[in-house]
Parts: sequence; C-alpha cells; structure tokens
Amino acid sequence: MTLNRDDISDRLAAVGYIADRDIATALWLMDFLKRPLLLEGEAGVGKTEVAKALAGVHSAELIRLQCYEGLDQNAALYEWNYQRQLLAIKTREGTGEKADAIEEHIFSERYLLERPLLAAIRREKPPVLLVDEVDRADEEFEAFLLELLSDFQVSIPELGTVKATSIPRVVLTSNGTRELSDALRRRCLYHYVDFPDVDREARIVITRTPGIDTSLALQIARMVANVRKEDLRKVPGVAETLDWAATLAGLDLHDLRQEPEIVHETMLCLLKTREDRSRLTREVTERLLGKVA
Amino acid sequence: MSVAAISTSGEGVGPPTRRRLAGFSRTLRENGFKVGLAETSDALAILTASPAARPSTLKPALRALFCATHSDWQRFDEIFDAYWQGRGVRQARTLAGTALERGSARHLKDVGPRAGRAGFPDHVERDHDDGDAAGDGRGRREGASRFENLATADLRHIVDSADIAQAHALAARLSRAMRARLVRRERVRRRGRRLDLRRTIHRNVSHGGTLMDLAWRRRKIKPLRLIFLLDASGSMSLYTAFFVRFLHGVVDAFRESEAFVFHTRLAHVSASLRDRDVSRAVDKLSLMAQGIGGGTKIGESLATFNRWHAKRVINSRTAVMIVSDGYDTGSPEMLGEEMRRLRRRCRRIVWLNPLIGWRDYSPQARGMQAALPYVDLFAPAHNLESLAALEPYLARI
Repeated sequence: MTLNRDDISDRLAAVGYIADRDIATALWLMDFLKRPLLLEGEAGVGKTEVAKALAGVHSAELIRLQCYEGLDQNAALYEWNYQRQLLAIKTREGTGEKADAIEEHIFSERYLLERPLLAAIRREKPPVLLVDEVDRADEEFEAFLLELLSDFQVSIPELGTVKATSIPRVVLTSNGTRELSDALRRRCLYHYVDFPDVDREARIVITRTPGIDTSLALQIARMVANVRKEDLRKVPGVAETLDWAATLAGLDLHDLRQEPEIVHETMLCLLKTREDRSRLTREVTERLLGKVA
Repeated sequence: MSVAAISTSGEGVGPPTRRRLAGFSRTLRENGFKVGLAETSDALAILTASPAARPSTLKPALRALFCATHSDWQRFDEIFDAYWQGRGVRQARTLAGTALERGSARHLKDVGPRAGRAGFPDHVERDHDDGDAAGDGRGRREGASRFENLATADLRHIVDSADIAQAHALAARLSRAMRARLVRRERVRRRGRRLDLRRTIHRNVSHGGTLMDLAWRRRKIKPLRLIFLLDASGSMSLYTAFFVRFLHGVVDAFRESEAFVFHTRLAHVSASLRDRDVSRAVDKLSLMAQGIGGGTKIGESLATFNRWHAKRVINSRTAVMIVSDGYDTGSPEMLGEEMRRLRRRCRRIVWLNPLIGWRDYSPQARGMQAALPYVDLFAPAHNLESLAALEPYLARI
C-alpha cells in the first residue's frame, strides 16, 4: 500500500509530529522511488524524530542502528552465539554424534544473533531502519552499508545468503562530522532539516508541553529563535526549547517580559557551555526579550 | 543526458516535457550537482505520478531527489525557479561554479600547446596580466638551472621553464614519498597486544572449544590527516604556483587531506585538486587564487575555516599546515584568537613560512607574532629541501 503525500501529512500530524510540507513530500518519495532518505542538519533539529514519526505513520517497527567509530559488521549485522555453541558441543561430546551433524546443528538459525541490519531485512512487515549518525562510522562500514542498501541481502558464510523478506524503509542521519561518500549520497534522497520556524516551533511546544498557554509558547519560540541568531558555540536545539518550555510552565509563568530575572536564570536550559553562558549576559537577555513582543 | 536515454521510462509524459526535464538535469550538472541517469529517470517517474503533478509538490520532490549536499540544497530553489519559470535562465547557468569551469576551459585552450610543461600556473597568469609578480619573476633569471641545485635553490629563483617542470616533478615525488613513509611506519607499529577473547572463541568453535588459534586485538592506527591552508595573496605570489603544485601532489597521495586557499577570503579547493589531469587542476586553482591584490586577511579566513569547515575536516589525528608569510592586513588580535580556537581542535599546527629561508629574517610582522604561540612547528619552506625536512616530523605525530 502506498500512501499519497496528503495521507502522510495527515498521519504525521496524527502521531504528533509537526511537519513542514517538504518533509511529507520526501517521505512520500521514499516509498515511491524506493530510495533511502538521508537527513542532514545541525545537532538538535529533530532528525531522529523524523524516523520515529515515519514509523508511526506506517505503524511499523523502528529498528535503530547507532553508528560510532569502530562499528563493525559483528555489531551491526549478525554474530554467532559462541557461548551456546560451545555448550552445545560439550553436551554432545560423549554421544558419538558425527562431527558434520554437530557442525550443522551449531551453525543453524538457533545460534544466530540478529543485529539491527539483519533484523531489519528479516521482518514480515517492512520496518523503519534508522541508521543514526552514519558519519561517525568508518568509511569501510559506509561502503558495506551501501552494498546492503542496494541488494538487501546478506551472505553469512556458514549459513548461506539471507534475502530480505521485506524491504525496510531506511532513514540515515548525519551531523556532518565527516564528509560522506558521493556514492552514498547519490543512492539516497536528501533532505536538509533546518531549525523550525517560529510558528512551527510554537506548535511543537504546544503539542509536547501539557497545559502551556499559546501566547507563552509563541513567546518562547520567538525568544529561542533570537538566541539562535547570537554567535553561540552550541546552538540550542528543539529538545532544549522543550526543556525550557517545561521549566517555565512549571514555574507558572505566563509572560516572559514580566519576569526577565527568571528568564535569564532558566536560560541554562538552552545554553550548554560556559562560554555561551557568559556571552548571554543579563543585558543581552533583556535586549532579546525586547524583540519578543 | 540525451532525450533518447530517458524516453524509455515515463510513458505518460510527452516529448516536450521530457526534453525540458533533460535540460533541467543538464542545468543542474552544469551547476555542479551530481545528477546521473538514475536520477533523471526517477524524476520522470515523479512527473508521471499523479499526486506530484501539482507544482507545489514537484519542487520539494525534485529537490529531495537531485540534491546531495547542503550547498546543493541551498542553491536548488534558485535554479529551479530560473529554469521552470523561465526567469533568468542565463544567470542560473553562470552561478559561481560554472563561470569558473568555463574560464578554465578557455585557459586550457590558451595554454594547450604547452600542456607538456604540466601547466605551470604562473604562465597562465603572465599571459593575462603582466603584473608585478610576473615582472619580478622574470627579473631573476640568473637563478639555478641545474637539477642538482634545485633542491636547495630558493623557489623564487627557479624561473626557467625546464627547471620549473623538474621542481614540480620533485615536489610531486616528495609528497608521494611522504605518504609511503608514513604508511610503512604504521605497519611496523601494528603488533597485537591484547587477546581478543570473543574472536578467539569464535575461531576455536571448530576445535570443540579448545583454544588453539589465538586472535589478537591490534590497535588500529588511523592515517594522519593533513589540512593545507595556502596563502595566495600578492606577497606570496612568487611561491604560490609552486605550492599549488605541491598541494596537488599531497592531496593526490593522501587519502585524507583537504586543501584551502585564502587571500581575502577562504576557498575550499580539494575538489579541484582531485582532478586527475594535473595541468587542469593546477590551472583551475591558480584561477581561484587570482583574486589577489586586496591584502591578506588571515584572521578572517581562519575564522571562516573554524566556523564552517573545521568540524567536518578536522579529527584528532589532523595536522594543519598553514603556508603563509604572515603579512596580515586584518587585526592581529583576531588572528591570535582564531589560532587559539584552531589549536584546540587539531593535533599539530605547522606554519610554513617561505621568508624564514631569507637571510636575517625574524618574525616581526604583528600577525605572525600573534600566531606564533599556537604554532607547534615554525619552519622554512623556501626550497624543496626544507619541505623534505618536514617528513620525519609528520611521521612522529
């Protein structure tokens, strides 16, 4: 079943993801062209959320592979369960069973440990596979991933080739700590996730923070947008905005301009380094608050 | 892409649309997008699909399909509007990348017959403007002319074209030798220290669990990454041509290397340098470096580097090499501050200054003074020998 773009928009809203129009188009294209989607953008703009929402849209399982330096096939694809294999050998030692039979037994499905990539292609219903922060993995792994994404089959020497029972929807995210290969980029659809604009961020705050006033949410969104324009080392992401909104709502605040002191003190939800903290002085906070109106 | 190539797919679309679409992919390619056959036929499929027929869907859909990087993403809308809405198609075609391509193509024709001389960029410059730099260069014809002397001759003095070609060949060989040495060093170091229990057990399942083959865990040594920041300002012009050539050799030999050129602003030039055709690559780059004349803003260029490129290109095993004479027209405070930031990110900063080779040189320039505290190695780079002397240092990093 292929959903059209408007269905996807509706369902994204239904699972609580406030989407811009373009992302719905990109998600529709993924199904239409059967290509993976590569999401880039600064940290904290909600790239991972897109994959979660996509899983919600198709009510599919989300399988996540977090990449890191040194990630290898054993951790990403499959591994044999050595402990059980050894145990099986020991228990059969005295029974006089043929070596071939034992071997066949211990290299069967029962002793295979699925890791995320193998799991993703062996599900009955196509899951959403999230390959998170693919730029952290080594180049060798990237090449291997590319092969998997084009063939959707895995060869396990002891067991044979495992073909995909269903083709997962693949979402890759990258923070740009390393340049990805052209081959991988060409294979994927591309979407650059930007910080949400004020309206969208306000709507996100309203959906995620129970009991918050619309006017306060709008003020918070504007304030955060202003903070992002300052020259900061770590620009606050959407998660930080939500933390801050929850804090302010918890303090029972209704208008940011009334309480510049509290605003300044709670800004530590947004600023995560000492340098940034010292850059946003009381005066700067008040100047930014002036623009919020 | 020819129209015929995509006419096989997308039944519902008429030939005019197909031609327009092929034209669009060509326009994108001319603007530096990596668009292949697969993308164009997919685009045709999108056009055919009914839900995408609305223009409001078409643009984001094609954008997701054709873009591969953030810079593509930023430029796409402009090109799309220009092409499909018929406004300013010409402007779109001559966006930054294209203009340069064309420029260099013209130059290539100009230097064509002399391509055997490996496209010495200085010639290109001289052909077009007989500026101060070229004049100076000519005035020093008395320099070294025999090969044996090349390694120690100051690069300023090498002006005879045959000598230049030899010097360049030497530079290329040197950069390759550097790479080879570094790699060999690594292999010697690769001795396993710790036992990899998991893998050992795996390997010995076939022996019934009796440990016979041992698997060792080795420390994986990542190759050194080199980042070059080359000053291409007027004061460096005597050396620029040579270093561009050296850079090409290095970027070609090191898998992990990036090159930037700066004068008043910073340009990322690795892509141009990876061109297989040496003369074309060097040509392209010397064109980029031609914006000289407005002084050098080392501090600002470094700030651009720190802000936009450093995160992506620098890791913990990165040596940054700045090739500059340190004559900065910006503020020394800014240069110092940016050097401090850069120092925190990378493993070593090597500052190569061609002036050190001059007699009685001392780093008096204020910019140089501000930068020195953050420099790990302040070395001469006025001749080939001084570059060769760097290699053992790099191998130790």
